[in-house]
Amino acid sequence: MSEVPTELKFLSSHEWVLVEDNVATVGVSDHAQELLGDLVYVELPEAGSVVAAGDSVGVIESVKAASDTYAPISGEILEVNEDLEDSPDRINTDPYGDGWMYKMSIEDPEELENLLNADAYTDSIAEDE
Amino acid sequence: MGNKTPLYACHLEAGAKIVDFAGWDMPANYGSQLAEHEVVRGDAGMFDVSHMTVVDVSGDNARAYLQHLLANDVARLGTRGKALYSCMLNEQGGVIDDLIVYYLRDNFYRVVINSATREKDLAWLDKQGQNFTDINIRFRDDVAMIAVQGPHAIEKSLPLFDEHQQQALSQLARFQGAEFDDCFVARTGYTGEDGFEILMLSDHIADLWNRLLAAGVAPCGLGARDTLRLEAGMNLYGSDMDETTSPLVSGLSWTVAMADEREFIGRQALQAQKDEGLQQSFVGLLLLGKGVLRNHLKVVTAIGDGEITSGSYSPTLQQSIAMARVPTGASGEVEVEVRNRLLKAKIVKLPFVREGKSMLTNEG
Repeated sequence: MSEVPTELKFLSSHEWVLVEDNVATVGVSDHAQELLGDLVYVELPEAGSVVAAGDSVGVIESVKAASDTYAPISGEILEVNEDLEDSPDRINTDPYGDGWMYKMSIEDPEELENLLNADAYTDSIAEDE
Repeated sequence: MGNKTPLYACHLEAGAKIVDFAGWDMPANYGSQLAEHEVVRGDAGMFDVSHMTVVDVSGDNARAYLQHLLANDVARLGTRGKALYSCMLNEQGGVIDDLIVYYLRDNFYRVVINSATREKDLAWLDKQGQNFTDINIRFRDDVAMIAVQGPHAIEKSLPLFDEHQQQALSQLARFQGAEFDDCFVARTGYTGEDGFEILMLSDHIADLWNRLLAAGVAPCGLGARDTLRLEAGMNLYGSDMDETTSPLVSGLSWTVAMADEREFIGRQALQAQKDEGLQQSFVGLLLLGKGVLRNHLKVVTAIGDGEITSGSYSPTLQQSIAMARVPTGASGEVEVEVRNRLLKAKIVKLPFVREGKSMLTNEG
């Protein structure tokens, strides 16, 4: 059973969002990394780029498959986790910690309402199976 | 719910992630595909390959039948136990399947074919067999098989055999098998490492699995099996060749025996292809930057486009690698189209890795 921390918000496409003040930190869920298997390459958005909710902003690739990742909300990419370039396996070992992907500004706080809470995300995983 | 091998319960016990593979519930990995890959390159791992199809061919005309059926020539098998890799072709020279045939004794051969192609292969074997008298084709649904692979595979598995078997197995040459009362053991595999493939009656295979586990051999899944064989430059049926592609454009010319006059199925088509000149060749690709090459991606060369047949990530080289079909004569740097971008790659000789070592070091 994969871990779904209750303090996070989620997309059904398996991204998680941690909101602290006016900054959202984004990563992919434990369930997603389990599905993908060992990650070998992560393509992140560029710091400074402006994205809209639902935009494809990067790709994570395991030995097995490539998967797009989507921006959960609209805003500017403030910082990306450059450690993932050499150590993409951090997403496998610590998806909610060292495996974070990027931090972004929150242009419209109302968009956060569209995200799933932990219970709703857990349900959406169950439906996939 | 798919077919299950006799080792299914062992896989669950070892924490396998089970996936569907051609109708079989098989282990993809037991936690980490990369760790399993590395254990085979550096120590010893084992694979359940019981889903493979085993067929025994016997009778006075067994040899003549196989000489007609296969693109490689079983007459090359001079000593008992010797193995031969071959393609089985259709009349158009396309590959119905690839297989290993072992010469066990006079008038008795053992053929190991793929699982995904089982039904059509068995039908083809039977159909071609109708042209021969005195042959018996027996599908062995009563056997199971474990491949033990890696630099320490033989030393770790040898003590599990009795004294007489140990003596025979310690002298076994590569690509050679030995038949015993309770098992058949061959020094073959699909990883580019040394090791054994051990075949026995299904009832006894779980016991062997558990004894190998106790001897320190790590369970490895189909995920690692795929990256290991790709590094070793070994073709995968259905990806690197199929019924629409000839072995001559699949890196398998070395397995086609056309030096003498032997008539085998597909020979005329291959001869015609040779006479016309082959338009494509089969090469290795090394991605020069970051990213992962995947099956079916377009390869852009100076003299035309090609296609990746198998691509993945090489844990040994820590770079992405692929096998590809490209226009004959293409060489040096090429580009691969990945998500609408062109990434630089280099054509290299196969294999990428052999016995744990990169084969790229001697290249310019």
